[in-house]
Amino acid sequence: MERLEFRFAGRPGTPLSADGEALVGVVGSGNLEVMIERADLGGACEASVDTSIHGFGDTWQQVIGDFVERRGLANIRLSINDGGATPAVVMLRLDQAWAGLGEKAP
Amino acid sequence: MDVSTHSVRGDWNSLARNYDARLARGLALAGGKVIPSPQTTALMEAVIEPGDRICIEGNNQKHADFLSRALAEVDPAKVHGLHVVQSNIALAPHLDIFESGIARRLDFCYAGPQGLRLAQLVKAGKVEVGAIHTYLELYSRYFADLTPRVSLIAAEAADRDGNLYTGPNTEDTPAIVEATAFRSGVLIAQVNRIVDKVPRVDVPGDWVSFVVEAPKPHYIEPIFTRDPGAITDIQVLMAMMVIRGIYEKYGVTRLNHGIGFDTAAIELILPTYAEELGLRGKICRYMSVNPCPTLIPAIESGFIEAIHCAGSELGMERYVSERSDVFFIGRDGTMRSNRVFCQLAGHYADLFIGSTLQIDLEGNSSTATHARMTGFGGAPNFGSESRGRRHGSPAWLRAGQEAHRQGMPRGRKLVVQMVETFKEGLAPTFVERLDAWELMDTFDMPLPPVMVYGDDLTHIVTEEGIANLLLCDSLAERAQAIRGVAGYTEVGRKRDRQMVEKLRARGAILYPEDIGVDKRLASRDLLAARSIKDLVRWSEGLYAPPARFKNW
Repeated sequence: MERLEFRFAGRPGTPLSADGEALVGVVGSGNLEVMIERADLGGACEASVDTSIHGFGDTWQQVIGDFVERRGLANIRLSINDGGATPAVVMLRLDQAWAGLGEKAP
Repeated sequence: MDVSTHSVRGDWNSLARNYDARLARGLALAGGKVIPSPQTTALMEAVIEPGDRICIEGNNQKHADFLSRALAEVDPAKVHGLHVVQSNIALAPHLDIFESGIARRLDFCYAGPQGLRLAQLVKAGKVEVGAIHTYLELYSRYFADLTPRVSLIAAEAADRDGNLYTGPNTEDTPAIVEATAFRSGVLIAQVNRIVDKVPRVDVPGDWVSFVVEAPKPHYIEPIFTRDPGAITDIQVLMAMMVIRGIYEKYGVTRLNHGIGFDTAAIELILPTYAEELGLRGKICRYMSVNPCPTLIPAIESGFIEAIHCAGSELGMERYVSERSDVFFIGRDGTMRSNRVFCQLAGHYADLFIGSTLQIDLEGNSSTATHARMTGFGGAPNFGSESRGRRHGSPAWLRAGQEAHRQGMPRGRKLVVQMVETFKEGLAPTFVERLDAWELMDTFDMPLPPVMVYGDDLTHIVTEEGIANLLLCDSLAERAQAIRGVAGYTEVGRKRDRQMVEKLRARGAILYPEDIGVDKRLASRDLLAARSIKDLVRWSEGLYAPPARFKNW
């Protein structure tokens, strides 16, 4: 297993969810689990990745960085448990977890 | 003009006389048209002459396997130096005859599982390869410079006059028989059984020279069965994009599907996703494709109205027979397939969609992999612009408007590659340079073995989005459109983000949100059948999957 930690500057000026409620989007499939939580990170986003495949730190940084940028995220913590998913699966699961978060938002 | 000063050929019927001599030698041995199976090799020694062009029938399904083994047992002192002209090199005896010197030269289409051994034999100087063809090319050459002198074919049944019944796996038999029988060639058929009366005559008996009842039924491989259980969420996502971004947009009604899991995903979300979108009767009405079991739900729910097949598929026989409004069925009640006609129908359809292993920045694609000599099969004819087409259809005209924005208005066939950006083991699908170049050098080929050329391709669909190459005005734009859907491959990461945004504004790149594809729905839950058992249920029990696919 390899543990990767990333921090991204989030979109400036994005408030925490109004009532500070901890909202979580979770999706899982055979080789990937994703959890998205709102957290007070001073506007930033953090991601921690546990992966069974070594040496793809650059790709993870790009995939998660693109996701954060495309969705304009701030104050979000991502936790990923990877058993060898392709970037395609990672992005799909991130999008689906984010959609799950949106559905539960007030 | 004085005729006598010109050289005159003088002899006009040498082939027919030679045929009579061969037939007489064979009859002397066998005593009649139907020969006992233990005499098969002796018959071949009697009727095959050194240097003959020979076809051993076999495509990716039906194989004249008994005759192939019998040929491998002839005495190389009597029969040698044969020129093999046949579509598939799939069985071990196909190559054994080169090892022993019975055969020397080879013109073929596809080598599949024997690709590695073929490559080794070529390197060792045992096989002289003439050329690697597509099916239509090779069978076209049967009617020009590569007519077989002897063809060994396979059928389901024969009567004592040699009338042949092929059953649903008619496949390549009509093309081989036509060329051989009408140019004084010898036709030997292996059949599963000799009967008093065949259910239908697929090949008239007076075209057939000899018939042998094989000890075992001919070999058939169920190669078009895809278990829905193995389809992934990503494939469902790509299938959704194809339906919205291509089938719905252009109104594609006549098409050919490749045989991978990607296109199986499309077939399995027609009754769910496309139905919700109100597309029944508007897309996917006529198909040129084998009777793939994953088509069953789309047929049953009224999407697909007619299908012409290149071959059959094990387990689908009864289902197909009971759906004679959809399939091409003989008066006897079983299907008649025909590879050549199916390839032609697919060539002139509105759309081809398939998968590939590698795509370069021009959009050229190849399934060639290192150290193997696999060949082309049918994909290049399905997956190419039909430049001889003249009749209009909404999809063809709409694509033509995008392709020909100036000058003479034209139509355009849609040619689509549907690929994930990474294969298993994180091998990238998108590459700067195809392995095909290396293969050309290794095997001394005249050209890199490209399956679909970039200028024939119109769309690339990946999990990231769709590149519409018709809307690119230069090779530089085309390369960026490809990079723009190439995900996190090296090729994708080198994209020019500004140019990609420009191309996206023009519609040359489409992401799921641009075409109303909701990624939340991209899940196996959308599949109309999620297992082989579901397919059996959809077929009302008419589909009988081979044992290896039964896991319940």
